[in-house]
Amino acid sequence: MLSAPLIILLQPRGLAWAGATAVALLSFAIAVALTIAVLGGQTQVYAMGGWPAPYGIELAVDSFSALVLLVVTGAGAGALLAARPSIDQQIEHQRQPLFYSAWLLAMSGLAGIVVAADAFNIFVFMEISSLASYVLIAGGPDRRALPAVFKYLIMGTIGATFYLIGVGLIYMMTGTLNLADMEARLGDVTELNPILVAAGFITIGLALKAAVFPLHVWLPNAYTQAPHMITVFLAACATKVAIYVLIRFDYMVFQAKLDDHEAQFALFLMPLAILGILVASAVAMFEGHLKRLLATSSVAQIGYILLGASFVSESGLAASAMHIFNHALAKGGLFLAVACLAFHYSDLRLDQLGGAAKRMPFTCAALVVCGFSLIGIPGTAGFISKWLLITAALETGPMGWLLVAVILVSSLMAVVYIWRIVEKLYFGAPDQDDIAVSEAPLQLLLVTWLVALLNIGFGLFPTVPLTLANASATVLMGYSG
Amino acid sequence: MKLLELLGYFNYWVFAITLVIGLYAVISKANLIKKLIGLSIFQSAVFLMYITMDKVEGGTAPIIQAGVEDQIYSNPLPQVLILTAIVVGVSTLALGLAIVVRINERYGTIEEHEILDAD
Amino acid sequence: MTPESTILAAICLPLAGALAIGLAGRVSANLRESVTMVTAGTLAWLVWSLLPTLMAGGRPAVEVSEVMPGLSIAFRVEPLGMLFAALASGLWIVNSIYSIGYMRGNKEKNQTRFFVCFALALSATMGVAFAGNLFTLFLFYELLTLSTYPLVSHKGDAATVRSARVYLGVLLTTSIGLFLPAIIWTYAVAGTGDFVLGGILAGNLGDPEVGLLLALFVFGIGKAAVMPVHRWLPAAMVAPTPVSALLHAVAVVKAGVFAITKIIVYVFGIDFLFASPSSGWLLYVAVFTILAASLVALRQTNIKRLLAYSTIAQLSYVVMAAAILKPLAEVGAAIHIVAHAFGKITLFFAAGAIYVASKKTEIYQLKGIGRRMPWTMTAFTIGALSMIGVPPTAGFVSKWYILAGAFQADNLVAVFTIIASTVLNAAYFLPILYMAWFAREESGGKEHGEAPFAAVLALTITAVLTLAFFLFNGPVIDLESQVVRGLN
Repeated sequence: MLSAPLIILLQPRGLAWAGATAVALLSFAIAVALTIAVLGGQTQVYAMGGWPAPYGIELAVDSFSALVLLVVTGAGAGALLAARPSIDQQIEHQRQPLFYSAWLLAMSGLAGIVVAADAFNIFVFMEISSLASYVLIAGGPDRRALPAVFKYLIMGTIGATFYLIGVGLIYMMTGTLNLADMEARLGDVTELNPILVAAGFITIGLALKAAVFPLHVWLPNAYTQAPHMITVFLAACATKVAIYVLIRFDYMVFQAKLDDHEAQFALFLMPLAILGILVASAVAMFEGHLKRLLATSSVAQIGYILLGASFVSESGLAASAMHIFNHALAKGGLFLAVACLAFHYSDLRLDQLGGAAKRMPFTCAALVVCGFSLIGIPGTAGFISKWLLITAALETGPMGWLLVAVILVSSLMAVVYIWRIVEKLYFGAPDQDDIAVSEAPLQLLLVTWLVALLNIGFGLFPTVPLTLANASATVLMGYSG
Repeated sequence: MKLLELLGYFNYWVFAITLVIGLYAVISKANLIKKLIGLSIFQSAVFLMYITMDKVEGGTAPIIQAGVEDQIYSNPLPQVLILTAIVVGVSTLALGLAIVVRINERYGTIEEHEILDAD
Repeated sequence: MTPESTILAAICLPLAGALAIGLAGRVSANLRESVTMVTAGTLAWLVWSLLPTLMAGGRPAVEVSEVMPGLSIAFRVEPLGMLFAALASGLWIVNSIYSIGYMRGNKEKNQTRFFVCFALALSATMGVAFAGNLFTLFLFYELLTLSTYPLVSHKGDAATVRSARVYLGVLLTTSIGLFLPAIIWTYAVAGTGDFVLGGILAGNLGDPEVGLLLALFVFGIGKAAVMPVHRWLPAAMVAPTPVSALLHAVAVVKAGVFAITKIIVYVFGIDFLFASPSSGWLLYVAVFTILAASLVALRQTNIKRLLAYSTIAQLSYVVMAAAILKPLAEVGAAIHIVAHAFGKITLFFAAGAIYVASKKTEIYQLKGIGRRMPWTMTAFTIGALSMIGVPPTAGFVSKWYILAGAFQADNLVAVFTIIASTVLNAAYFLPILYMAWFAREESGGKEHGEAPFAAVLALTITAVLTLAFFLFNGPVIDLESQVVRGLN
C-alpha cells in the first residue's frame, strides 16, 4: 500500500509496471511465509502500535486468512506479471503509472481485509479496495465501462454501508470491535434483537459485495467491461474476500451465541446459493459474449462457495475454502486466456471467435484446460472442490441428494457453456482462410499456461490447499460453543 | 412502550427515516447525480446512528483537561470511526462524481434510461 | 523391469509417444508412422510382459499419489484388467497398420493430430485397465472420453461436430450425472473405493440401495451403451473408420463393459450381488438392449450404423453374462470381450476398406463386391460368422461359455435371448454375405480393386486372430478362471 503513490512517480510505464510487479511478488512471498507459519499450527497475531487488544487494533492470520491471502496476493502477482502487454493494449501510456498504483491499492485493501481482526478495519480496507477497484474497472476501453462501474459503485457502497450499520449495532450491544472479543462478549448480551438485526444487515451488505444471487446484477457488466487483466484479478479474488468476511463474521462471532444460528444461516443462504448456482449457470449457457459468459459463471461458482458454507459442517466449510482457492485458479486462467485472445479479436462475442484455435492454439489449449477445471473433470483442481462439496452435501442427511443433484446438474450446465466456447474456437468458421499462427505475446502466454498447469498440478497434488482448507474449517467450527 | 419513551428515541427515528429516504433516492431516481445525493443521504443516516449511540447523558467532548477529574465523557471511539467513515464517504462521492462527469462526456446525458438506450 | 514400474511405464509410454508423434509429424509422415508403430509395439511388449506374473497368481500394484485422504491414484493388475490391457495394446498395433493404409488412402487431413490423439486414448485405456480403485478408474475413464472427442470430430464439418456433440454430451452427462455420484456414494458407504475380490459393499449397504447403486453405475458407465444411454455409439460413426474400429473393438466400448464387469466383481462382489434381490433388473435391461438393438440393426442400410447397433447388442451380451452371476458366465463375459473385439474390429476394418477403395457406404451398394475385394470380403465373412457365433470362430467360444453359465444358473431368459439374438444376427448379416458373394454387380459402377495393402494386411491379421481364438483360447480361460475360483 505504501508503495502505491511511489509508483505514480515512476513515469516510464515500463518502470511503473516493474515496480508494481515487484511489490506484488514480495507480498506473495510474505503470504507464503505466513502460510507456512500458520500450517505449523499457530495463528499469527500482531498488535499494531503495541497497544494490546482489545483496546488496540489487531491483525491476525489463521489458516482461513492464510488461504485467502494466498489467493489475493497470488492473483495480484500473477496478473501483474502478465499484465504489461494487455494493459499496453488497453490503457493509454501516460495513465499507466496511475493505473498500476491503483492496482496496488486494491491489492493492499483486499489483503488488509483478510488480515484485519476487527470489524471496523475490515470496513476501511473494504472501501479502500472497492474504491481502487472502481477506478481500475473504469479504465476499460469501452464507454460502457462507466455505467457498469457506476452501478457497482452504488451497490457496493450500499453494501458497505449496510455492513457498517450492522457493525454499529453490534458495537452498541457489546462495546467492542475486535472480532475475537465480540465473540466473547456476545455471551453477556441479554437483548438479542439488535444482534439479529445486525447479523441481517451485515449479511446483506456482504452479500451485495460478494455478488450473491439476487444481489449480483452489478457483476456481469463490471467484469465484462473492465480491462482484461483487471477482470483476471477481480474474478480471482474480489468477491471471494467478501465471502470470506461473511463466513468469518458468521462463524466466529454469531455461531455460538445465536440460537438457531444453524437454521437461520442455512435456511436463508442455502436457497439463495442454490438459486444462484442454477440461474447463473442457465444464463451462462445462452450468453453470446465470452467475457460476460465467464462472468455469469462466476456468480454460479460463488453460489457453490456459499452452499458449502451453508451446510454448517466442517466438511462443508472445507469444501467452500477449497473452492475459493480452486475457482481463483480456474477463473483466473480462463480470463488470462481471454486477455490473450483479445490480442487478435477485439470483439469478444462468441460468433466472432470462430476458428480461433487455428490462430492461437496455445491460448485455446490453456482455455480448454482451465475450462475442464471449471467443469470439474477429474485430474483438475475443480474436481477436488466439487468432490468435497458433494461429499459434504451427502452428510447433511436425506436432503443431501437434492443438493447433490443441484451440483451435478449445474456441472453439466457448465459442460454446455464451456463446450460452446470450445466448439466455436476449434470448429467455428474463421473469418478468413489460411490463418497463420500468431499467438499472444509470450509474457502473457507463459503466465496463462502457468496457471493452466497449476490447475492440473493442484488437481493431482492438492495437499497444501487441502490442509489449509481443512484447518480453516476446524478453526471456524471451533467457535461453536 | 410509552409514547414518551418512543419519542425519546428521536434520533433513531431520524436515522431510520433518513436511511430510507436515501435508499429510495438511489433506487428510484433516474438522474445519476440524484442517485449520488441519495447515497450521501443514506450514508449520513448511518453516521447519525453511530454518533447517537456514543453520546453519554451529560457527557462532554472527550478531551482530557488537565486538572479536571471526574468528568463524564462521551465515547470517543464511534466519533473516530465516523470520521473515517465520512472520509470514505467523501472519497466515494468524489469518485462517483468523476465517473458521472466522464459519462456525460461519453454519452452526453446523465439520465439512466437514456444511457441504457444508447447502448 | 519390475511389474510395478511396468505398470507405470505402460501408462506413460503412450503419453510420451503422443509427444513424439506430434514432433515427428512436423518432420515427415513416414517418421510419424514409424514412431506410432514403435510406440504401439513397445506398449504391447510391456503389457504382455506382465502376463507370466498374472498367470502365476500375482497381482502387482503401485500407488502414485494420494490426492485426498482415502482417495488415491493407484493401479492394481488383475485378470480382467490384464485381459483388457493385453487386448487393447495388441490390437493397437494392428489398428495402427490399418490407420496408415486408411488415412493415406483417403487422403485425410490432420493426420498428425489423429495419431497423437490415438496415443493419448491408448494411455487412458491402460489407465482404465490397470486402475486399482474407483477414483483412478473414473479419472482415466473421463480422460478417455476427452481424448477420443477430437478423433470423433476429426472431419470438422458441421454434421460431424453435431454428432460429436451428442457423443460427448451423452458420455459426460452419464459420467458426471450418474457415475460420479455412484462413486462418491460408494466411498461414503464403504469408506474406500479399492477394488477387492468379493466386493467392498457387503455389510455396508442394504437392499433397495444396492439396486439403486447398481443402476447408477450401469447407466453412468455410458460407454457400455446399455439402453437408453446408447445414443452416442451410432453418433460416433461419423468418425474415420480406424476410430470406429478403435471405439468398437479396442478401447472405448470395452472400457465400458470392462468397468461394469469389474465393478460387479470387485466392488459389489458376485455372491453379494446374487444375494441381493434388487439387482435382478440388470439381466432384463441387458436382454432388452440385446433384442432391441438387434431389431434396429435389421433396419439399417448404412454399413457402419448396422455394425454400431450390432455392437450395442454384443456389449450387452457381456453385461447379461456378468449379470447372471455364476462363474461360468463371468468367464464367458470376459471371453466375449476378446471374441467380440476380434470379430468387430475385422468387420470395421472391412467396412473402412470398402469405403477407401470404392467410397461405398450402404449395404445395397455391396452387390458382387466379393469378386472385386476377395480378401476384404473373406475377412468380413469371418467377422460376421463370429458375430453369429458359428464355429470355427471366436464368437462361438464365448457364446458357448455364456450359454453354459446360463444353464448353470437355470436362467431360461438368458438362454432364450442368446438363441433369439443369434437368429437375429444371422438375419442381418447373412443377406450382406449373400449379396457380396453371389449377387451380380450393378452396372455403371466405378471400377476398383482391393483396398491399400496396409489395410488389407491389418484385416487379414484380425480375421486370422478370430479363427485362431477358436483353437487357442486356453490361456485366456485359465486367466479369467482365477477370478471366479473359489466361488460356487
